[in-house]
Amino acid sequence: MSTEKITITVDGKKITVPSGVTILQAAESAGITIPTICFHEQLTPPGLCRQCVVEVEGARRLQPSCISSVREGMVVKTDSEKVRRVRRTNLEMLSAVTDLSESPEIVRQMKQLDADEERFAASPRGSLKDDNPFYIRDYTKCILCMRCVQVCSSDIQFSYALAAGGRGFDSRIATFYNKDLPDTTCVFCGNCIQVCPTGALKAKTEGNSTGVQHDEA
Amino acid sequence: MNTLHEDLKKYLSGLREKKRSSLLPALLKAQELFGYVPEETVDEISRVLRVPPVDIYGVIEFYSLLYSEPTAQTIIRICTSPVCASKGSEKIKKALCEYLGVPEGTPSPDKRFMVESVQCLGMCDHAPSALVGEKTLTKIGSMKIPDLLTAAESKPENKVSGKNPVLSKRCCTGDPENIDEYLDSGGFGGLKFAMTMDEERILEVIKTSGLRGRGGAGFPAGIKGESTAGKREDIIRYVVCNADESEPGSFKDRVLLSTDPFTILEGMLIAAFAIKARKGYIYIRGEYFEQRRIFVSIIESARKRGYLGENIFGTGFSFDVEVRSGAGAYICGEETALFESIEGKRGIPRNKPPFPVTKGLFNQPTEINNVETFGYMTRIMENLAKNGDAKEYKPVSGTKLFCLSGDVVRPGVYEMPFGTKLKDLVFDYGGGIPGGRKPKAIVLGGASGMFVPEAMWDIPLDHEHLEQAGLVMGSGVIMVFDERRDILKIVLEIAEFFKHESCGKCYPCQLGTARQLEILKRIDEGAVEPDDCGKLEDIAYTMTNGSICGLGQTAGSAVMSALQLWPEIFKKEGVSVL
Amino acid sequence: MMKHEKTVRTTCPFCGVGCQLDLSIDQGRIVSVSAPENAAPNFGRLCAKGRFGTDYVHHPSRIRTPLIRKNLDSGKRTPVGMEGFREASWDEALDLAAERLSLAVKTQGADSIGTFCSAKATNEDTYIFQKFVRGILKTNNIDHCARLCHAASVAGLQKAIGSSAMSNAIAEMKNLDVFIVTGSNTTETHPVISTFLKEAVVKNGAKLIVIDPRKIELSGFAALHLQHRPGTDVAVYQAMANVVVTEELENRSFIDRRTENFEMYRKSLEGFTPELAESITGVKAVLIREAARMYAEAERAAVYWGMGISQSVHGTDNTLSIANLALLCGHLGKPGTGLNPLRGQNNVQGCSDSGGLPGIFPGYQSVADAEIQKKFEEKWNVTGLSKTAGLTVLEMSDAAGKGDIDTYLIMGENPMMSEPDLNTARKHFEQLKTIIIVDIFLNESGAYGDIILPAVPFAEKDGTFTNSDRRVQLIRKAVPSPGEAQTDWRIIQDLALRVEKKLGLPPSGGFAFQSASEVWDEMSGLVPAFGGISHQRIDREGGVHWPCPDPAHPGTPYLFADSFPRGRGLFTVLDCRLESERTSSAYPYLLSTGRVLYHWHGGTMTRRSVLDKIYPESVVEMNPLDAEAEGYEEGQRVSVSSRRGTIISRIKITERSPMGVVFMPIHFAESPVNELTKDLRDPEAKIPDFKQSAVRIAAAG
Ligand SMILES: Cc1cc2nc3c(=O)[nH]c(=O)nc-3n(C[C@H](O)[C@H](O)[C@H](O)COP(=O)(O)O)c2cc1C
Ligand code: SF4
Repeated sequence: MSTEKITITVDGKKITVPSGVTILQAAESAGITIPTICFHEQLTPPGLCRQCVVEVEGARRLQPSCISSVREGMVVKTDSEKVRRVRRTNLEMLSAVTDLSESPEIVRQMKQLDADEERFAASPRGSLKDDNPFYIRDYTKCILCMRCVQVCSSDIQFSYALAAGGRGFDSRIATFYNKDLPDTTCVFCGNCIQVCPTGALKAKTEGNSTGVQHDEA
Repeated sequence: MNTLHEDLKKYLSGLREKKRSSLLPALLKAQELFGYVPEETVDEISRVLRVPPVDIYGVIEFYSLLYSEPTAQTIIRICTSPVCASKGSEKIKKALCEYLGVPEGTPSPDKRFMVESVQCLGMCDHAPSALVGEKTLTKIGSMKIPDLLTAAESKPENKVSGKNPVLSKRCCTGDPENIDEYLDSGGFGGLKFAMTMDEERILEVIKTSGLRGRGGAGFPAGIKGESTAGKREDIIRYVVCNADESEPGSFKDRVLLSTDPFTILEGMLIAAFAIKARKGYIYIRGEYFEQRRIFVSIIESARKRGYLGENIFGTGFSFDVEVRSGAGAYICGEETALFESIEGKRGIPRNKPPFPVTKGLFNQPTEINNVETFGYMTRIMENLAKNGDAKEYKPVSGTKLFCLSGDVVRPGVYEMPFGTKLKDLVFDYGGGIPGGRKPKAIVLGGASGMFVPEAMWDIPLDHEHLEQAGLVMGSGVIMVFDERRDILKIVLEIAEFFKHESCGKCYPCQLGTARQLEILKRIDEGAVEPDDCGKLEDIAYTMTNGSICGLGQTAGSAVMSALQLWPEIFKKEGVSVL
Repeated sequence: MMKHEKTVRTTCPFCGVGCQLDLSIDQGRIVSVSAPENAAPNFGRLCAKGRFGTDYVHHPSRIRTPLIRKNLDSGKRTPVGMEGFREASWDEALDLAAERLSLAVKTQGADSIGTFCSAKATNEDTYIFQKFVRGILKTNNIDHCARLCHAASVAGLQKAIGSSAMSNAIAEMKNLDVFIVTGSNTTETHPVISTFLKEAVVKNGAKLIVIDPRKIELSGFAALHLQHRPGTDVAVYQAMANVVVTEELENRSFIDRRTENFEMYRKSLEGFTPELAESITGVKAVLIREAARMYAEAERAAVYWGMGISQSVHGTDNTLSIANLALLCGHLGKPGTGLNPLRGQNNVQGCSDSGGLPGIFPGYQSVADAEIQKKFEEKWNVTGLSKTAGLTVLEMSDAAGKGDIDTYLIMGENPMMSEPDLNTARKHFEQLKTIIIVDIFLNESGAYGDIILPAVPFAEKDGTFTNSDRRVQLIRKAVPSPGEAQTDWRIIQDLALRVEKKLGLPPSGGFAFQSASEVWDEMSGLVPAFGGISHQRIDREGGVHWPCPDPAHPGTPYLFADSFPRGRGLFTVLDCRLESERTSSAYPYLLSTGRVLYHWHGGTMTRRSVLDKIYPESVVEMNPLDAEAEGYEEGQRVSVSSRRGTIISRIKITERSPMGVVFMPIHFAESPVNELTKDLRDPEAKIPDFKQSAVRIAAAG
């Protein structure tokens, strides 16, 4: 990051930031919070949830603020109707297919956007996998943010037990030929649990949302 | 079984690059040998190429032509994209499944056959079509079901019509694989002339020619070349030819590759010379078995004659081309997904920037162009060679290939000057609608394109006019549907296509393509809900504005254009459920 | 994402990485563990033990009250379970213990007592323990299991540079150029460190050289893997040094400025060619050359090693051979360089720092130095501290065998699992008159005890652990203790007061601490390197790397920038001794022992954790070709015998083991591998040769 400073306008506010920072960082420095889902400080931002998109004057499409760098004179709107429409629809679609009961941050964003969680017909996807003594993988809660895969592979752990499988809407978090975790290269570091934003990955000792402890036997 | 494993081991040990970038070829090899990719072979491949096994599994799952479970000796793939579907391919598929007594996707009890749907085979000019094993069958509508299983290959007729062909002047003139014939007709003249020129001048010529990419996005080819090029010799740069042609309704690249492959290769060489690239790839879609065979063979002869390899004609310029096969994923036509695929990964688009010209294949500057674009570069240089490189000479790129299919008398590839009117192409050159029926709809640009309102059917086909009208040229696809066709069904097939082909990376497209299809299906079944149009609009809006790549960004276009033209069909007679 | 009553920041109780943990607590129980993402040393990363293994804290078999053996003093000592003990009050148990200890001092002299402090306990626990042993009992017979893991690293590094601590911080690992990992299966023994090492390779293009007989996971990330025959380490490093000198790759200016004895050393390398080494080690000469060049030519290069280097009959020589190479190439005193023994247990560094060794007071201050002795006598308000270094762990066992020692005080150690040649060790143990145990569980050693004093684990007390890279970090009380269990240092403090009284000593007033932080403050007043560290400061900063002489000092993440503690680095001329046990036709396999990812040490904690479910029993790792030749199948039950004993285990077929070498974990009381190991010791470090025993394997019913 260079020491050179540039000036941009965010939501009508002129701010001066180091060149090279992202729009997300720049906004943050001005006290403007842009909602994010897949973004995680420690991981390579995949820029896939598109929840952090913003309107940049002159750009044809909305820009993902977590990976877009600021440019001198840039004019950014972080909360325009266009942006809100995309974010709202995005979450309405997400909530139709995912159990978000343990995703307080996403639920908060939905409220803030006035999103209707029942707008799209419920079509749950994924299932619960209980194949090891330590933690459960409840993929009905999975939002495919890929953090667990990043952590397990080349961002943190280099154990390569998880990868993205399937394609499109049927993408999922896969193990090698769908084996149970103990039969894979998983080392149960649980570093994936740490970054899971939705409670899909959870230590068994945590119990589920209803407070019932998962079987420990 | 054991000898198959030996075969694979031999193949692996013979690989020149024992790296992840050899993964897709290795998996295709295993698929070819075993009919699927068994777990043990993955372990072996993992060891040799040093790719984590689970990543390999993820790759297998991504590509439609790779299977992690046993299939059948022969897989029959029936094209179900809009044109083939409108010509009854669904019915044929059902009948075939009934005949074999197994549902789609399940091997027959004797493990000899398995039936599957496939998104556009690039055979729309011979619809309906199918792929039986590696054999192409065209116009299967008239065939008896059992014959389908055993029929001899019926190759499509590859020809280009139109007036004053420029790009296609050599197509269908002789043996496309014969390098002598190519040389006799002046082949490689463009390259030879280019090699006498300054690299910068070549790029400038291409720029002034106005050549725009023919793969869909229409980006000025000269600017792309310039941004990829650079003074420094020590930077690795790549030239990539995008021959993943999978846009429903598009088949021009198939015709070019089948009938004049040397022209494409020459274009790649010219581009490589101009940007100082040493290595090129041509990524040909997995289902184009024949075209891949042809290209491998012409590369071989070009190499023998010294047009590829080290120090070409003593100029110090070295270049070689590797042929890569896709594995059944439309998204791999997207340039960055294509790079990922060559690198041995799931074909997932990258976020841009960085653009390919700075960080492309293997993170190096890369010039990626469509087949047709490279072909045109050859013509531009040939023309320059003929006229001499004078400052005042203005090269032009004045024609374009169009893929006309559907309910027209003469479907096929047409090379037409820019500005040709849509209706002239359809009704004059194409011969209009067969059987004296009335036209109902024209889709321009393929699945990612739009329905053209009848009032605009006389629009001149060039970038300027189309852009003004909010339409897109895309790769030049024109699909015509007559009065018998059900627009909602066409829209449904398009939606089905996008749901099937979305890579699943970004939420708007991953979720949007699925929700869009679900709503359209429901409408088709008559269970309309009050806010359906509003939902479809929100979905399309979100995909268009929020998606990472062109797939998601256009996945709602056709639906929206249909909604505008025929709002009533989205409120289908059936009773509302509410 | 779940809500909890409270979250407590603390330090992991397992290996020497010293990961920071956030314990989520509900109703007095740890319900989940996460790691703070912006805190050294682990930056959000954990391994299975830290993440899931702390549930041992709540295990129902925790000792809840003091216990006294039912058949006390009735002939031959036999191991018993809980049923062999009766519950007692603290008063009764402590009085009895004090009685026994003071009686021993009075009748046979203080040196008839042997004491074991613990690398699992806090610095504060250790400090009080050694203060009691030295100041009240007046013996230096105090040692702990560092003896059994890194004593040779300590001895070698002390000799070469005068300091035995890891010279560089964990945080530097990501930015290495070239590094050697040797005798360490890092992904299993120091899992979080291994993630930084892998990151250095995968993300930052560092080159890794693995020098290890086993095909460990890290070799998959390595540029070179030198798979030498067990026990031939010195030959590998000597030959590498030979290459460096022959090809003139040594760092001349470093040698001139910072070292001594180079000429002698250079001469000693003559003739030690890679070809000669190949014949000894089995490693191709070209590989040795390549490794030597890679290490020598690197801008910055570091070496990391584990017990594969130290637990050897020539462990000190092994260490010295590595130190020689580092001095030769000048890879010391800068970030990304260094000599780094990876410490095994959470506080093995701290336990040594705090005086848990026979020859030193806290801060490595010699017991033989009159000045220092005076300083401690004054501060402790005692007289007559012993000037002679005490006995080491195994020497105490020997002395017990001979009857010179007949009373043991053991805090948080398990010699009946961790000592070599257990059959012999057990015999010695059985002869003791009194065994006093301070522990949280009744383990294999506790079963022999007379008086059991229930202590508490990391989650139930305050204090500090010092991790492998000398970072002093806090542990904080997070949950209540079961029954009457008490913090270790409080138990010892109470015991000290009672012994002091029974011995009729004038009250020193030195056992009246109210908090762990007060204990630390007394120690830091006596140890210059700790002068600037306090609990309050660690609380603010998360951790401080010693040396840190005063509160304004930032701490020292890497050492030796300008000089070594002994002045110049010393080159040592080495013989390539190959003295360990050899295979024979009767005992055709070499057995190596060590740790696995899911367990820890003698298993006292992890076998009582959910971790046991994923790795519930002992295995013998065997090469596929050996297994095929022997006709063994995966999971087959076998007996493994050495000249000293026989145990039962199961075959695990894996390419990790080279041919002719088998590996067994040390954690399983049902298959105690130390029945097989031998008590052959490194002459200087007195560390036993755990890694090399000749065994035979036979099918078992
Ligand atoms: C989903 C998707 C599929 C694409 N498929 C193709 C294709 O099959 N062939 C092609 O040339 N370009 C395809 N493209 C366009 C490429 O991304 C890229 O723009 C093109 O290869 C550039 O070459 P050009 O400038 O010569 O058109 C596709 C784009 C998207 C978003
Ligand atoms: S728009 Fe669709 S195809 Fe493109 S990256 Fe997003 S999910 Fe993948």
